[in-house]
Amino acid sequence: MHNAARLVLLLIVLSDLAVLGTTRLTSCIRGLAAQGVLLGLLPLLLAPQLSVHAVSLGLGTVAVKAVVLPWFLARAIREAAVRREIEPLVGFIGSQLLGALAIALAFAIASRLPLPPTQQSLLVPVSLATLMIGFLVLTTRRKALMQVVGYLILENGIYLFGLTHTESVPFLIELGVLLDVFVGVFIMGIVVFHINREFDSLDSTRLTELSD
Amino acid sequence: MRLLAICALPLLAALAVLGLPVFRGRRVPVGLLAVIALTHLFLVATLWAVPEPAALGGWIAADPLGLTVLTLTSVLFLVTVTYTVGYLRREKPRSGRVFAGGLLAFLSAASVVSLAQHLAMLWVGMEATTLSVAPLVFLRRDRRSLEATWKYLVISSVGIALALLGTFFLASAQVDVPGRPLVLPDLLEHARELHPAWLRVAFLFLLVGFGTKMGLAPMHTWKPDTYAEAPSLVSGLMAGALTSCAFLGVARVTEVVMAAGLGSFAQPVLIGFGLFSLAVAAVFIIGQSDVKRLLAYSSVEHMGLLVLGLGLGGVGAYGSMLHLVNNGLSKGWVFLVTGNIVLATGSATAAGNRGLIRTLPVSAALLVLGLFAVTGSPPFGLFMSEFTILRAAINAGHPWIAAAILLMLAIIFVGMAALVLGMALGEPEPGTAPVRESPWLVAGPMGLAAAVLMLGVYIPGPLHDVLARAATALGGTAP
Repeated sequence: MHNAARLVLLLIVLSDLAVLGTTRLTSCIRGLAAQGVLLGLLPLLLAPQLSVHAVSLGLGTVAVKAVVLPWFLARAIREAAVRREIEPLVGFIGSQLLGALAIALAFAIASRLPLPPTQQSLLVPVSLATLMIGFLVLTTRRKALMQVVGYLILENGIYLFGLTHTESVPFLIELGVLLDVFVGVFIMGIVVFHINREFDSLDSTRLTELSD
Repeated sequence: MRLLAICALPLLAALAVLGLPVFRGRRVPVGLLAVIALTHLFLVATLWAVPEPAALGGWIAADPLGLTVLTLTSVLFLVTVTYTVGYLRREKPRSGRVFAGGLLAFLSAASVVSLAQHLAMLWVGMEATTLSVAPLVFLRRDRRSLEATWKYLVISSVGIALALLGTFFLASAQVDVPGRPLVLPDLLEHARELHPAWLRVAFLFLLVGFGTKMGLAPMHTWKPDTYAEAPSLVSGLMAGALTSCAFLGVARVTEVVMAAGLGSFAQPVLIGFGLFSLAVAAVFIIGQSDVKRLLAYSSVEHMGLLVLGLGLGGVGAYGSMLHLVNNGLSKGWVFLVTGNIVLATGSATAAGNRGLIRTLPVSAALLVLGLFAVTGSPPFGLFMSEFTILRAAINAGHPWIAAAILLMLAIIFVGMAALVLGMALGEPEPGTAPVRESPWLVAGPMGLAAAVLMLGVYIPGPLHDVLARAATALGGTAP
């Protein structure tokens, strides 16, 4: 179980980098869905023994993060007929380098944190790396849809950190968090759809009418 | 039971509005909104008379801080609903169910935030307030409101995500400490045993996260766009109630940090954010030409004052609590009368809007009075609360902070007066006839104005008592 969890965490870092390095929006969403499945496996692998709590958390996570949200985003892409992220504010090689830097930084920070003795030492560094990469995607991509993807990766990083506290945070709360993320992305998706209709583009840098 | 009803009743109504086919179409179910608003306020009022023990295993309770925010939200909601009656005669939102459902969902989420004693539950409620308001900002469905909604959603969501991380950090600080995880009374009871390094990081993340929702500078950038583009009654609800909920989030973690004896770490940070917000507001208020953007920066200013009071401690905490009430009521008031100007003339900008005192006498008079109230002139309540915060600065041995606050308040006054008086006075454009002002559109702001005026002269005993207890919980004292 221990090694399996370690493998899953490494795959999560790889999926972060995959999203960071692809131009095709549909590939990014596939990467995001894969990450959702991996996140859903973690509660099962990390729990000392299989409990109803761990199983339902895993199932809920897969349902929201690996099925419903990617499906919804893919639909938004189809309706908006956009395929590629063109000219991100930081180039793809640049973002890969920044991503690598973020991972190094995450390990450096995690080694200094007064961490509670968890069974999985990779959890916190991977969580911090995912968080930073999500933030990177959110701030450097022009397409509004990619910013939603970045926000979801950021949320995934926070979810990973939350897994250090699965025993202490009740199920009801986790359900609430998942529901909030779901509704948030749902509303963002609707707004993205309208941005496309009004501006004939999903480019959020065109949203510049309002300023002082 | 009452606590549960306060949270669940608006939620059930929201679900009914969004789900039942009866509510399809453009018609807004005002009757339902009014019934829920009145019932909610009645239930909240009974909490003042007869306290209720904690419910849901200690997860929800009405402590003084929460009760203050809850009451403020409930009052503002009722005023907004009365205003809606008049508003709907002039403008019809595209979808009645989105309008009513969003308002009701917001009331429910804000109630959850106010009553939550479990900090993760507080987070869930806070995110729900963000989401319930987003469709209301987007009500006009044009380019500008689209841009505003996008900025609001993205910036608030990232901010609130940081707050979630902060909440988890707080749980990390609580590892190996007795007590239920993230439950406020237990956190406070064992505050001194919490891991100080984690607690510090948790405080910073929660302050930045909920500070984004409050609109503290430099995380305030969504605010002017959102308040300017949202319908005025939504802006009023956001500036009055939603920011108060966000302040409650900051206040909760401040409670814990103070109880843990880390005041010397937290207070300078709070003072720094407060002064910076005041400075940003002062810079951007000068030369504004849109009243709603002006009020948004004024909101940044008042959020700054709120955290400043917390940071100064002593009577400052009481000043903050009083200011929370005053700011909430006065923001509802000025945004609603600005809404009247928008309804009558189509815009809230200085261009083409002059001599409003002739064409819209009641609303323009209320706007000018509101200008004086919002800038903290006597005899309005905000003068009292700002004065208390200034006194805290001097008591704490920071006369230069008091001087800086005064200077920036003076700049803000000049900037706001220049725009508002310029629009209210003077000769109206030729050919503009006086507009009949519906009582539904002016009664609410008048009531709020009366309340703000009363708080400047006399603070009722029960309110003083509750505010004083809230201030004590925040590590301060009552004057």
